[in-house]
Amino acid sequence: MRGKQTAALKKSNAAGIRFKKWLNKNSTAGVIFALPFIIGFILFMIVPMAMSLYYSFCRFEILGAPRFIGFDNYIKMFTDDPEFYQSLSVTFFYALVSVPLRLVFALAVAMILLKGTKLTGFYRAAYYLPSIIGGSVAISILWKRMFAEDGTVNRLLQGIGIDSHYSWLGSTNTAIWVLILLSVWQFGSSMLVFLSALKQIPTTLYEAARVDGAGGVSSFFKITLPLLTPTIFFNLIIQMISGFLAFTQCFIITQGRPMNSTLFYVVYMYQQSFNFYNTGYGAAMAWVMLILISLITLILFKTKKFWVYEGGM
Amino acid sequence: MKRKKRIKTVFYHVFVALGAFVMIYPLLWMFFSSFKDTDTIFNTAGELIPREFVTENYVNGWRGFAKVSFGTFFKNSAFIAVTATIGTLISSAFVAYSFARCRFRGRKILFCAMLVSMMLPAQILMIPQYLWYQKLGWVGTYLPMIVPYCFATQGFFIYLMMNFINGLPSDLDEAAKIDGCSYYSIFFRIVLPLMKPALITGGIFSFIWRWEDFLGPLLYVNKSERYPVSLALKLFCDPASTSDYGAMFAMSILSILPLLVIFILLQKYLVEGIASSGIKG
Repeated sequence: MRGKQTAALKKSNAAGIRFKKWLNKNSTAGVIFALPFIIGFILFMIVPMAMSLYYSFCRFEILGAPRFIGFDNYIKMFTDDPEFYQSLSVTFFYALVSVPLRLVFALAVAMILLKGTKLTGFYRAAYYLPSIIGGSVAISILWKRMFAEDGTVNRLLQGIGIDSHYSWLGSTNTAIWVLILLSVWQFGSSMLVFLSALKQIPTTLYEAARVDGAGGVSSFFKITLPLLTPTIFFNLIIQMISGFLAFTQCFIITQGRPMNSTLFYVVYMYQQSFNFYNTGYGAAMAWVMLILISLITLILFKTKKFWVYEGGM
Repeated sequence: MKRKKRIKTVFYHVFVALGAFVMIYPLLWMFFSSFKDTDTIFNTAGELIPREFVTENYVNGWRGFAKVSFGTFFKNSAFIAVTATIGTLISSAFVAYSFARCRFRGRKILFCAMLVSMMLPAQILMIPQYLWYQKLGWVGTYLPMIVPYCFATQGFFIYLMMNFINGLPSDLDEAAKIDGCSYYSIFFRIVLPLMKPALITGGIFSFIWRWEDFLGPLLYVNKSERYPVSLALKLFCDPASTSDYGAMFAMSILSILPLLVIFILLQKYLVEGIASSGIKG
Protein backbone atom coordinates (compact mmCIF):
# COMPACT_ATOMS: atom_id res chain seq x y z
CA MET A 1 0.00 0.00 0.00
CA ARG A 2 2.57 2.41 1.20
CA GLY A 3 5.07 1.42 -1.44
CA LYS A 4 2.50 2.02 -4.10
CA GLN A 5 1.80 5.49 -2.74
CA THR A 6 5.41 6.56 -2.68
CA ALA A 7 5.85 5.17 -6.15
CA ALA A 8 2.91 7.24 -7.34
CA LEU A 9 4.27 10.23 -5.49
CA LYS A 10 7.65 9.73 -7.05
CA LYS A 11 6.05 9.44 -10.42
CA SER A 12 4.07 12.63 -9.97
CA ASN A 13 7.16 14.32 -8.62
CA ALA A 14 9.06 13.24 -11.66
CA ALA A 15 6.26 14.57 -13.83
CA GLY A 16 6.35 17.78 -11.86
CA ILE A 17 10.06 18.16 -12.41
CA ARG A 18 9.68 17.39 -16.07
CA PHE A 19 6.89 19.96 -16.26
CA LYS A 20 9.05 22.52 -14.51
CA LYS A 21 11.90 21.78 -16.87
CA TRP A 22 9.58 22.14 -19.83
CA LEU A 23 8.21 25.35 -18.42
CA ASN A 24 11.69 26.78 -18.10
CA LYS A 25 12.75 25.97 -21.63
CA ASN A 26 13.62 29.11 -23.55
CA SER A 27 11.05 28.39 -26.24
CA THR A 28 8.25 27.69 -23.75
CA ALA A 29 8.99 30.85 -21.81
CA GLY A 30 8.97 32.75 -25.08
CA VAL A 31 5.49 31.58 -25.98
CA ILE A 32 4.14 32.18 -22.48
CA PHE A 33 5.51 35.71 -22.35
CA ALA A 34 4.12 36.41 -25.81
CA LEU A 35 0.72 35.05 -24.84
CA PRO A 36 -0.95 38.41 -24.14
CA PHE A 37 -0.12 39.58 -27.63
CA ILE A 38 -1.15 36.30 -29.26
CA ILE A 39 -4.55 36.40 -27.56
CA GLY A 40 -4.98 40.14 -28.07
CA PHE A 41 -4.01 40.05 -31.72
CA ILE A 42 -6.47 37.26 -32.48
CA LEU A 43 -9.32 38.60 -30.35
CA PHE A 44 -9.07 42.30 -31.08
CA MET A 45 -7.59 42.43 -34.56
CA ILE A 46 -8.04 39.21 -36.55
CA VAL A 47 -11.59 38.46 -35.41
CA PRO A 48 -12.97 41.97 -36.00
CA MET A 49 -11.17 42.23 -39.33
CA ALA A 50 -12.59 38.90 -40.48
CA MET A 51 -16.06 39.93 -39.34
CA SER A 52 -15.85 43.22 -41.17
CA LEU A 53 -14.60 41.53 -44.32
CA TYR A 54 -17.77 39.47 -44.29
CA TYR A 55 -19.98 42.46 -43.49
CA SER A 56 -18.42 44.44 -46.31
CA PHE A 57 -20.19 42.02 -48.63
CA CYS A 58 -23.49 42.47 -46.81
CA ARG A 59 -26.31 44.89 -46.62
CA PHE A 60 -26.16 45.56 -42.90
CA GLU A 61 -27.71 48.22 -40.69
CA ILE A 62 -26.17 47.88 -37.23
CA LEU A 63 -29.36 46.60 -35.63
CA GLY A 64 -30.75 44.30 -38.31
CA ALA A 65 -29.34 41.02 -39.56
CA PRO A 66 -26.67 41.16 -42.28
CA ARG A 67 -27.79 40.05 -45.73
CA PHE A 68 -25.19 38.86 -48.23
CA ILE A 69 -25.16 41.02 -51.37
CA GLY A 70 -21.81 40.16 -52.94
CA PHE A 71 -19.76 43.05 -54.29
CA ASP A 72 -22.64 45.54 -54.31
CA ASN A 73 -21.12 47.81 -51.65
CA TYR A 74 -17.86 48.04 -53.54
CA ILE A 75 -19.58 48.53 -56.88
CA LYS A 76 -21.75 51.30 -55.47
CA MET A 77 -18.72 52.98 -53.93
CA PHE A 78 -16.82 53.21 -57.21
CA THR A 79 -19.70 53.83 -59.59
CA ASP A 80 -22.48 55.56 -57.71
CA ASP A 81 -21.13 57.62 -54.83
CA PRO A 82 -19.70 61.05 -55.66
CA GLU A 83 -19.12 61.72 -51.98
CA PHE A 84 -16.76 58.78 -51.82
CA TYR A 85 -14.59 60.31 -54.55
CA GLN A 86 -14.91 63.72 -52.92
CA SER A 87 -13.72 62.38 -49.55
CA LEU A 88 -10.92 60.49 -51.24
CA SER A 89 -9.64 63.53 -53.09
CA VAL A 90 -9.94 65.77 -50.01
CA THR A 91 -7.98 63.25 -47.96
CA PHE A 92 -5.28 62.82 -50.60
CA PHE A 93 -4.91 66.57 -50.96
CA TYR A 94 -4.68 67.00 -47.20
CA ALA A 95 -2.08 64.27 -46.75
CA LEU A 96 0.00 65.19 -49.79
CA VAL A 97 0.19 68.85 -48.81
CA SER A 98 0.41 68.70 -45.03
CA VAL A 99 2.93 65.88 -44.62
CA PRO A 100 5.70 67.29 -46.84
CA LEU A 101 5.14 70.78 -45.41
CA ARG A 102 5.39 69.41 -41.93
CA LEU A 103 8.63 67.56 -42.71
CA VAL A 104 10.17 70.64 -44.34
CA PHE A 105 9.35 72.76 -41.30
CA ALA A 106 10.58 70.04 -38.97
CA LEU A 107 13.90 69.79 -40.77
CA ALA A 108 14.38 73.54 -41.08
CA VAL A 109 13.72 74.19 -37.40
CA ALA A 110 15.85 71.20 -36.40
CA MET A 111 18.77 72.67 -38.39
CA ILE A 112 18.29 76.01 -36.67
CA LEU A 113 18.08 74.50 -33.20
CA LEU A 114 21.09 72.27 -33.78
CA LYS A 115 23.29 75.15 -32.72
CA GLY A 116 23.30 74.70 -28.97
CA THR A 117 22.83 77.76 -26.78
CA LYS A 118 21.69 78.19 -23.21
CA LEU A 119 18.15 78.75 -24.40
CA THR A 120 17.96 75.82 -26.83
CA GLY A 121 16.12 73.58 -24.38
CA PHE A 122 13.47 76.22 -23.92
CA TYR A 123 13.08 76.86 -27.65
CA ARG A 124 12.86 73.17 -28.39
CA ALA A 125 10.09 72.78 -25.82
CA ALA A 126 8.11 75.67 -27.31
CA TYR A 127 8.37 74.21 -30.79
CA TYR A 128 7.30 70.71 -29.93
CA LEU A 129 4.67 71.40 -27.26
CA PRO A 130 1.95 71.72 -29.94
CA SER A 131 2.65 68.21 -31.21
CA ILE A 132 2.17 66.75 -27.74
CA ILE A 133 -1.23 68.25 -27.08
CA GLY A 134 -2.32 68.79 -30.68
CA GLY A 135 -4.46 65.67 -30.86
CA SER A 136 -6.78 66.72 -28.08
CA VAL A 137 -10.30 67.99 -28.50
CA ALA A 138 -9.32 71.20 -26.70
CA ILE A 139 -6.96 72.15 -29.52
CA SER A 140 -9.55 71.47 -32.19
CA ILE A 141 -12.00 73.71 -30.35
CA LEU A 142 -9.34 76.39 -30.05
CA TRP A 143 -8.56 76.20 -33.75
CA LYS A 144 -12.22 76.51 -34.64
CA ARG A 145 -12.54 79.68 -32.59
CA MET A 146 -9.28 81.18 -33.84
CA PHE A 147 -10.42 81.02 -37.44
CA ALA A 148 -13.99 82.10 -36.78
CA GLU A 149 -15.17 85.30 -38.39
CA ASP A 150 -14.69 87.17 -35.12
CA GLY A 151 -11.71 85.06 -34.10
CA THR A 152 -8.12 85.87 -33.30
CA VAL A 153 -6.78 85.61 -36.81
CA ASN A 154 -9.10 88.24 -38.24
CA ARG A 155 -8.59 90.49 -35.21
CA LEU A 156 -4.85 90.27 -35.54
CA LEU A 157 -5.10 91.04 -39.24
CA GLN A 158 -7.27 94.03 -38.40
CA GLY A 159 -4.65 95.02 -35.84
CA ILE A 160 -2.00 95.31 -38.56
CA GLY A 161 -4.34 97.27 -40.80
CA ILE A 162 -5.95 94.58 -42.95
CA ASP A 163 -9.69 94.89 -42.55
CA SER A 164 -10.44 91.21 -42.65
CA HIS A 165 -13.83 89.72 -41.88
CA TYR A 166 -13.12 86.63 -43.87
CA SER A 167 -14.84 83.44 -42.86
CA TRP A 168 -11.88 81.06 -43.08
CA LEU A 169 -13.93 78.01 -42.24
CA GLY A 170 -16.94 79.07 -44.29
CA SER A 171 -15.22 79.15 -47.65
CA THR A 172 -14.48 76.10 -49.76
CA ASN A 173 -11.15 77.66 -50.72
CA THR A 174 -9.71 78.10 -47.26
CA ALA A 175 -11.40 75.62 -44.91
CA ILE A 176 -9.08 72.77 -45.86
CA TRP A 177 -6.05 75.05 -45.39
CA VAL A 178 -7.11 75.76 -41.83
CA LEU A 179 -6.92 72.02 -41.16
CA ILE A 180 -3.62 71.73 -42.99
CA LEU A 181 -2.22 74.55 -40.89
CA LEU A 182 -3.29 72.72 -37.74
CA SER A 183 -1.41 69.66 -38.93
CA VAL A 184 1.72 71.60 -39.91
CA TRP A 185 1.69 73.38 -36.56
CA GLN A 186 2.38 70.01 -34.97
CA PHE A 187 5.74 69.46 -36.67
CA GLY A 188 7.50 69.19 -33.31
CA SER A 189 7.79 65.44 -32.96
CA SER A 190 9.34 65.08 -36.42
CA MET A 191 11.66 67.91 -35.50
CA LEU A 192 12.90 65.92 -32.51
CA VAL A 193 13.51 62.90 -34.69
CA PHE A 194 15.51 65.03 -37.14
CA LEU A 195 17.44 66.63 -34.29
CA SER A 196 18.61 63.28 -32.99
CA ALA A 197 19.46 62.10 -36.51
CA LEU A 198 21.40 65.31 -37.20
CA LYS A 199 23.44 64.88 -34.05
CA GLN A 200 24.58 61.48 -35.27
CA ILE A 201 26.20 62.86 -38.40
CA PRO A 202 29.94 62.93 -37.67
CA THR A 203 31.40 66.43 -37.75
CA THR A 204 34.49 65.11 -39.52
CA LEU A 205 32.43 64.89 -42.70
CA TYR A 206 31.68 68.60 -42.58
CA GLU A 207 35.28 69.44 -41.75
CA ALA A 208 36.51 67.40 -44.68
CA ALA A 209 33.99 69.13 -46.93
CA ARG A 210 35.14 72.53 -45.73
CA VAL A 211 38.74 71.65 -46.44
CA ASP A 212 37.66 70.68 -49.94
CA GLY A 213 36.09 74.09 -50.29
CA ALA A 214 32.40 73.22 -49.95
CA GLY A 215 30.10 75.92 -48.61
CA GLY A 216 27.18 75.54 -46.25
CA VAL A 217 24.61 75.03 -48.97
CA SER A 218 26.45 72.37 -50.86
CA SER A 219 27.40 70.47 -47.72
CA PHE A 220 23.72 70.50 -46.76
CA PHE A 221 22.71 68.95 -50.07
CA LYS A 222 25.71 66.65 -50.36
CA ILE A 223 26.08 65.48 -46.75
CA THR A 224 23.17 66.35 -44.49
CA LEU A 225 20.26 65.59 -46.76
CA PRO A 226 21.51 62.23 -48.10
CA LEU A 227 22.34 61.02 -44.60
CA LEU A 228 18.89 62.04 -43.40
CA THR A 229 16.99 60.25 -46.16
CA PRO A 230 16.36 57.09 -44.05
CA THR A 231 14.81 59.28 -41.33
CA ILE A 232 12.80 61.23 -43.87
CA PHE A 233 11.59 58.01 -45.43
CA PHE A 234 10.46 56.55 -42.12
CA ASN A 235 8.68 59.76 -41.13
CA LEU A 236 7.05 60.05 -44.51
CA ILE A 237 5.44 56.63 -44.22
CA ILE A 238 4.23 57.00 -40.64
CA GLN A 239 2.83 60.47 -41.21
CA MET A 240 1.25 59.69 -44.55
CA ILE A 241 -0.70 56.92 -42.87
CA SER A 242 -1.85 59.14 -40.03
CA GLY A 243 -2.63 61.90 -42.55
CA PHE A 244 -4.92 59.61 -44.50
CA LEU A 245 -6.76 58.74 -41.32
CA ALA A 246 -7.22 62.16 -39.75
CA PHE A 247 -10.50 62.29 -37.89
CA THR A 248 -10.86 64.33 -34.70
CA GLN A 249 -9.80 67.67 -36.21
CA CYS A 250 -12.28 67.47 -39.05
CA PHE A 251 -15.03 65.95 -36.94
CA ILE A 252 -14.93 68.82 -34.46
CA ILE A 253 -13.85 71.78 -36.55
CA THR A 254 -15.72 71.42 -39.83
CA GLN A 255 -17.78 68.20 -39.95
CA GLY A 256 -16.86 68.15 -43.63
CA ARG A 257 -18.35 71.57 -44.32
CA PRO A 258 -18.55 73.70 -46.34
CA MET A 259 -19.97 71.69 -49.24
CA ASN A 260 -17.91 68.62 -48.36
CA SER A 261 -14.72 70.53 -49.08
CA THR A 262 -13.17 69.12 -45.90
CA LEU A 263 -14.94 65.77 -45.85
CA PHE A 264 -12.18 63.45 -44.68
CA TYR A 265 -12.40 59.81 -45.61
CA VAL A 266 -12.67 58.54 -42.05
CA VAL A 267 -15.32 61.12 -41.21
CA TYR A 268 -17.37 60.04 -44.19
CA MET A 269 -16.87 56.41 -43.17
CA TYR A 270 -18.10 57.29 -39.70
CA GLN A 271 -21.15 59.09 -41.08
CA GLN A 272 -22.04 56.19 -43.33
CA SER A 273 -21.73 53.67 -40.52
CA PHE A 274 -23.19 55.48 -37.55
CA ASN A 275 -25.32 58.33 -38.89
CA PHE A 276 -26.81 56.69 -41.99
CA TYR A 277 -26.55 53.18 -40.53
CA ASN A 278 -24.95 51.75 -43.66
CA THR A 279 -22.57 49.70 -41.58
CA GLY A 280 -21.83 47.19 -44.32
CA TYR A 281 -20.88 50.06 -46.60
CA GLY A 282 -18.66 51.56 -43.90
CA ALA A 283 -16.91 48.23 -43.46
CA ALA A 284 -16.26 48.11 -47.20
CA MET A 285 -14.84 51.65 -47.04
CA ALA A 286 -12.46 50.60 -44.28
CA TRP A 287 -11.18 47.77 -46.44
CA VAL A 288 -10.70 50.03 -49.44
CA MET A 289 -8.69 52.44 -47.27
CA LEU A 290 -6.60 49.60 -45.89
CA ILE A 291 -5.78 48.43 -49.40
CA LEU A 292 -4.96 51.98 -50.51
CA ILE A 293 -2.64 52.52 -47.56
CA SER A 294 -0.89 49.22 -48.17
CA LEU A 295 -0.45 50.11 -51.85
CA ILE A 296 0.97 53.53 -51.07
CA THR A 297 3.33 52.08 -48.48
CA LEU A 298 4.43 49.48 -51.00
CA ILE A 299 5.01 52.09 -53.69
CA LEU A 300 7.02 54.23 -51.27
CA PHE A 301 9.14 51.20 -50.44
CA LYS A 302 9.68 50.56 -54.16
CA THR A 303 10.93 54.10 -54.67
CA LYS A 304 13.28 53.71 -51.74
CA LYS A 305 16.26 52.58 -53.78
CA PHE A 306 16.15 55.72 -55.91
CA TRP A 307 16.48 58.28 -53.15
CA VAL A 308 17.16 56.72 -49.76
CA TYR A 309 20.80 56.47 -48.83
CA GLU A 310 21.50 53.25 -47.00
CA GLY A 311 25.24 53.15 -46.70
CA GLY A 312 26.85 53.63 -43.32
CA MET A 313 27.83 57.08 -42.09
CA MET B 1 34.82 90.66 -35.96
CA LYS B 2 33.68 89.97 -32.43
CA ARG B 3 30.99 92.57 -32.69
CA LYS B 4 29.72 91.10 -35.92
CA LYS B 5 29.44 87.73 -34.21
CA ARG B 6 27.52 89.24 -31.34
CA ILE B 7 25.05 90.92 -33.68
CA LYS B 8 24.60 87.61 -35.40
CA THR B 9 23.87 85.88 -32.07
CA VAL B 10 21.33 88.49 -31.08
CA PHE B 11 19.67 88.22 -34.45
CA TYR B 12 19.54 84.43 -34.09
CA HIS B 13 17.89 84.61 -30.69
CA VAL B 14 15.33 87.21 -31.75
CA PHE B 15 14.43 85.14 -34.77
CA VAL B 16 14.12 81.83 -32.94
CA ALA B 17 12.29 83.33 -29.97
CA LEU B 18 9.83 85.04 -32.28
CA GLY B 19 9.13 81.71 -33.96
CA ALA B 20 8.65 80.05 -30.60
CA PHE B 21 6.22 82.79 -29.60
CA VAL B 22 4.19 82.31 -32.78
CA MET B 23 4.10 78.57 -32.11
CA ILE B 24 2.66 78.88 -28.63
CA TYR B 25 0.58 81.97 -29.29
CA PRO B 26 -2.64 79.96 -29.83
CA LEU B 27 -2.15 78.28 -26.47
CA LEU B 28 -1.41 81.57 -24.75
CA TRP B 29 -4.49 83.07 -26.33
CA MET B 30 -6.67 80.25 -25.07
CA PHE B 31 -5.10 80.50 -21.63
CA PHE B 32 -5.64 84.25 -21.28
CA SER B 33 -9.07 84.14 -22.92
CA SER B 34 -10.21 81.74 -20.23
CA PHE B 35 -9.64 84.59 -17.76
CA LYS B 36 -11.56 87.17 -19.79
CA ASP B 37 -15.18 88.02 -19.23
CA THR B 38 -16.92 85.62 -21.60
CA ASP B 39 -18.75 88.42 -23.45
CA THR B 40 -15.54 90.25 -24.24
CA ILE B 41 -13.47 87.34 -25.55
CA PHE B 42 -14.18 87.95 -29.20
CA ASN B 43 -14.27 91.74 -29.07
CA THR B 44 -10.80 91.60 -27.61
CA ALA B 45 -9.60 88.56 -29.57
CA GLY B 46 -6.70 90.61 -30.90
CA GLU B 47 -5.42 91.32 -27.41
CA LEU B 48 -3.62 88.71 -25.42
CA ILE B 49 -3.71 89.93 -21.83
CA PRO B 50 -7.20 90.37 -20.34
CA ARG B 51 -8.06 93.90 -19.20
CA GLU B 52 -9.57 92.39 -16.12
CA PHE B 53 -8.84 88.91 -14.80
CA VAL B 54 -12.00 86.97 -13.98
CA THR B 55 -12.24 83.40 -12.74
CA GLU B 56 -15.95 82.85 -13.14
CA ASN B 57 -15.43 80.96 -16.41
CA TYR B 58 -13.84 78.19 -14.41
CA VAL B 59 -16.74 78.15 -11.98
CA ASN B 60 -19.33 78.13 -14.76
CA GLY B 61 -17.51 75.55 -16.81
CA TRP B 62 -16.90 73.24 -13.88
CA ARG B 63 -20.66 72.99 -13.39
CA GLY B 64 -20.73 70.95 -16.59
CA PHE B 65 -23.88 69.77 -18.32
CA ALA B 66 -27.15 68.32 -17.11
CA LYS B 67 -26.09 68.26 -13.48
CA VAL B 68 -22.90 66.36 -14.27
CA SER B 69 -19.91 68.43 -13.24
CA PHE B 70 -16.52 68.41 -14.89
CA GLY B 71 -15.19 66.70 -11.79
CA THR B 72 -17.02 63.56 -12.91
CA PHE B 73 -15.67 63.87 -16.45
CA PHE B 74 -12.14 64.19 -15.12
CA LYS B 75 -12.58 61.19 -12.86
CA ASN B 76 -13.83 59.14 -15.81
CA SER B 77 -10.93 60.19 -18.01
CA ALA B 78 -8.41 59.47 -15.28
CA PHE B 79 -9.88 56.04 -14.63
CA ILE B 80 -9.81 55.03 -18.30
CA ALA B 81 -6.37 56.46 -18.99
CA VAL B 82 -4.73 55.01 -15.89
CA THR B 83 -6.15 51.49 -16.12
CA ALA B 84 -5.51 51.23 -19.85
CA THR B 85 -1.96 52.50 -19.35
CA ILE B 86 -1.17 50.02 -16.58
CA GLY B 87 -2.56 47.21 -18.72
CA THR B 88 -0.54 48.30 -21.73
CA LEU B 89 2.70 48.58 -19.77
CA ILE B 90 2.49 45.20 -18.06
CA SER B 91 1.38 43.23 -21.10
CA SER B 92 3.82 44.98 -23.44
CA ALA B 93 6.72 44.35 -21.05
CA PHE B 94 5.93 40.62 -21.09
CA VAL B 95 5.79 40.44 -24.85
CA ALA B 96 8.86 42.64 -25.29
CA TYR B 97 10.85 40.27 -23.04
CA SER B 98 9.70 37.33 -25.12
CA PHE B 99 10.80 38.98 -28.37
CA ALA B 100 14.10 40.20 -26.97
CA ARG B 101 15.30 37.17 -25.04
CA CYS B 102 13.53 34.05 -26.29
CA ARG B 103 13.68 32.06 -29.48
CA PHE B 104 10.70 29.92 -30.38
CA ARG B 105 8.80 28.66 -33.38
CA GLY B 106 6.46 31.28 -34.81
CA ARG B 107 8.46 34.17 -33.39
CA LYS B 108 9.02 35.68 -36.81
CA ILE B 109 5.32 35.56 -37.66
CA LEU B 110 4.46 37.15 -34.32
CA PHE B 111 7.04 39.84 -34.93
CA CYS B 112 5.42 40.64 -38.26
CA ALA B 113 2.03 40.71 -36.55
CA MET B 114 3.43 43.26 -34.13
CA LEU B 115 4.65 45.46 -36.98
CA VAL B 116 1.21 45.17 -38.56
CA SER B 117 -0.42 46.24 -35.30
CA MET B 118 1.89 49.26 -35.30
CA MET B 119 0.93 50.26 -38.82
CA LEU B 120 -2.75 49.38 -38.57
CA PRO B 121 -4.47 52.48 -37.28
CA ALA B 122 -7.40 52.57 -34.91
CA GLN B 123 -9.58 54.31 -37.51
CA ILE B 124 -9.46 51.34 -39.86
CA LEU B 125 -10.47 49.04 -37.04
CA MET B 126 -13.20 51.41 -35.87
CA ILE B 127 -16.15 49.70 -37.51
CA PRO B 128 -14.96 46.09 -37.27
CA GLN B 129 -14.18 46.48 -33.59
CA TYR B 130 -17.45 48.25 -32.92
CA LEU B 131 -19.39 45.36 -34.40
CA TRP B 132 -17.36 42.86 -32.45
CA TYR B 133 -17.76 44.68 -29.14
CA GLN B 134 -21.45 44.99 -29.82
CA LYS B 135 -21.60 41.21 -30.13
CA LEU B 136 -19.72 40.91 -26.86
CA GLY B 137 -22.16 43.30 -25.20
CA TRP B 138 -19.43 45.83 -24.44
CA VAL B 139 -21.00 48.88 -26.07
CA GLY B 140 -21.97 51.39 -23.40
CA THR B 141 -19.19 50.28 -21.04
CA TYR B 142 -15.53 51.27 -20.64
CA LEU B 143 -14.38 47.77 -21.57
CA PRO B 144 -13.56 48.53 -25.23
CA MET B 145 -11.33 51.37 -24.07
CA ILE B 146 -9.48 49.29 -21.49
CA VAL B 147 -9.45 45.53 -22.12
CA PRO B 148 -7.80 45.46 -25.57
CA TYR B 149 -4.91 47.52 -24.22
CA CYS B 150 -4.29 44.92 -21.50
CA PHE B 151 -3.38 42.51 -24.31
CA ALA B 152 -0.49 44.49 -25.79
CA THR B 153 -2.43 45.39 -28.92
CA GLN B 154 -0.34 48.50 -29.52
CA GLY B 155 2.84 47.31 -31.15
CA PHE B 156 4.48 50.66 -30.48
CA PHE B 157 4.94 49.88 -26.80
CA ILE B 158 6.27 46.37 -27.43
CA TYR B 159 8.72 47.82 -29.91
CA LEU B 160 9.85 50.55 -27.54
CA MET B 161 10.45 48.13 -24.66
CA MET B 162 12.01 45.48 -26.87
CA ASN B 163 14.63 47.97 -28.04
CA PHE B 164 15.30 48.82 -24.43
CA ILE B 165 15.72 45.20 -23.30
CA ASN B 166 18.00 44.52 -26.27
CA GLY B 167 20.20 47.28 -24.92
CA LEU B 168 20.56 45.61 -21.51
CA PRO B 169 23.67 43.42 -21.16
CA SER B 170 22.69 39.76 -21.31
CA ASP B 171 25.49 38.87 -18.84
CA LEU B 172 23.04 39.64 -16.06
CA ASP B 173 20.57 37.09 -17.39
CA GLU B 174 23.32 34.51 -17.82
CA ALA B 175 24.61 34.99 -14.30
CA ALA B 176 21.12 34.64 -12.89
CA LYS B 177 20.53 31.52 -14.95
CA ILE B 178 23.67 29.93 -13.54
CA ASP B 179 22.41 30.76 -10.06
CA GLY B 180 19.32 28.73 -10.86
CA CYS B 181 16.88 31.48 -11.77
CA SER B 182 14.07 30.56 -14.16
CA TYR B 183 13.19 32.84 -17.08
CA TYR B 184 10.21 34.01 -15.08
CA SER B 185 12.17 35.12 -12.07
CA ILE B 186 14.81 36.66 -14.32
CA PHE B 187 12.06 38.76 -15.85
CA PHE B 188 10.48 39.82 -12.58
CA ARG B 189 13.62 40.23 -10.50
CA ILE B 190 16.16 41.52 -13.00
CA VAL B 191 14.74 42.77 -16.27
CA LEU B 192 11.57 44.45 -15.05
CA PRO B 193 13.29 46.60 -12.39
CA LEU B 194 15.91 47.66 -14.96
CA MET B 195 13.19 48.65 -17.41
CA LYS B 196 12.05 51.61 -15.36
CA PRO B 197 13.03 54.30 -17.89
CA ALA B 198 11.27 52.46 -20.72
CA LEU B 199 8.21 51.95 -18.54
CA ILE B 200 8.10 55.65 -17.72
CA THR B 201 8.47 56.66 -21.37
CA GLY B 202 5.82 54.16 -22.45
CA GLY B 203 3.56 55.19 -19.60
CA ILE B 204 3.72 58.84 -20.61
CA PHE B 205 2.79 58.13 -24.21
CA SER B 206 0.04 55.72 -23.33
CA PHE B 207 -1.44 58.14 -20.81
CA ILE B 208 -1.38 61.05 -23.25
CA TRP B 209 -2.97 59.00 -26.02
CA ARG B 210 -5.67 57.54 -23.79
CA TRP B 211 -6.39 60.92 -22.26
CA GLU B 212 -6.76 62.57 -25.66
CA ASP B 213 -8.72 59.68 -27.15
CA PHE B 214 -11.93 60.93 -28.68
CA LEU B 215 -12.99 58.24 -31.13
CA GLY B 216 -13.27 55.50 -28.49
CA PRO B 217 -15.58 57.39 -26.13
CA LEU B 218 -17.55 58.76 -29.09
CA LEU B 219 -18.37 55.22 -30.15
CA TYR B 220 -18.75 53.43 -26.85
CA VAL B 221 -19.92 55.83 -24.17
CA ASN B 222 -23.55 56.87 -24.34
CA LYS B 223 -24.48 58.24 -20.91
CA SER B 224 -23.34 61.75 -20.09
CA GLU B 225 -22.34 60.89 -16.52
CA ARG B 226 -19.88 58.36 -17.98
CA TYR B 227 -18.33 60.83 -20.44
CA PRO B 228 -14.59 61.42 -20.31
CA VAL B 229 -13.28 64.97 -20.68
CA SER B 230 -12.61 64.74 -24.43
CA LEU B 231 -16.22 63.91 -25.17
CA ALA B 232 -17.59 66.39 -22.64
CA LEU B 233 -15.66 69.21 -24.34
CA LYS B 234 -17.34 68.30 -27.58
CA LEU B 235 -20.68 69.22 -25.97
CA PHE B 236 -19.51 72.84 -25.85
CA CYS B 237 -19.23 72.74 -29.63
CA ASP B 238 -22.72 71.47 -30.28
CA PRO B 239 -24.93 74.16 -31.70
CA ALA B 240 -27.66 73.30 -29.22
CA SER B 241 -25.58 74.10 -26.15
CA THR B 242 -25.20 77.62 -24.88
CA SER B 243 -22.17 79.28 -26.38
CA ASP B 244 -20.33 80.18 -23.24
CA TYR B 245 -16.91 80.50 -24.82
CA GLY B 246 -15.23 81.54 -21.61
CA ALA B 247 -16.32 78.34 -19.90
CA MET B 248 -15.35 76.35 -22.96
CA PHE B 249 -11.82 77.76 -22.96
CA ALA B 250 -11.52 77.34 -19.21
CA MET B 251 -12.40 73.65 -19.40
CA SER B 252 -10.20 73.17 -22.46
CA ILE B 253 -7.27 74.57 -20.50
CA LEU B 254 -8.02 72.23 -17.59
CA SER B 255 -8.27 69.29 -19.99
CA ILE B 256 -4.74 69.80 -21.28
CA LEU B 257 -3.36 70.64 -17.84
CA PRO B 258 -2.37 67.03 -17.01
CA LEU B 259 -0.54 66.84 -20.33
CA LEU B 260 1.24 70.12 -19.63
CA VAL B 261 2.33 68.87 -16.21
CA ILE B 262 3.72 65.71 -17.78
CA PHE B 263 5.38 67.80 -20.46
CA ILE B 264 7.11 70.03 -17.96
CA LEU B 265 8.12 67.41 -15.41
CA LEU B 266 8.98 64.47 -17.64
CA GLN B 267 10.29 66.19 -20.75
CA LYS B 268 13.47 64.14 -20.77
CA TYR B 269 11.54 60.89 -21.24
CA LEU B 270 9.27 62.39 -23.86
CA VAL B 271 12.16 63.65 -25.95
CA GLU B 272 13.94 60.31 -25.70
CA GLY B 273 10.80 58.40 -26.56
CA ILE B 274 10.11 60.44 -29.68
CA ALA B 275 13.71 60.57 -30.80
CA SER B 276 14.36 56.86 -30.41
CA SER B 277 11.15 55.53 -31.87
CA GLY B 278 10.28 58.29 -34.29
CA ILE B 279 6.59 57.92 -33.64
CA LYS B 280 4.34 60.90 -33.21
CA GLY B 281 3.61 61.99 -29.67
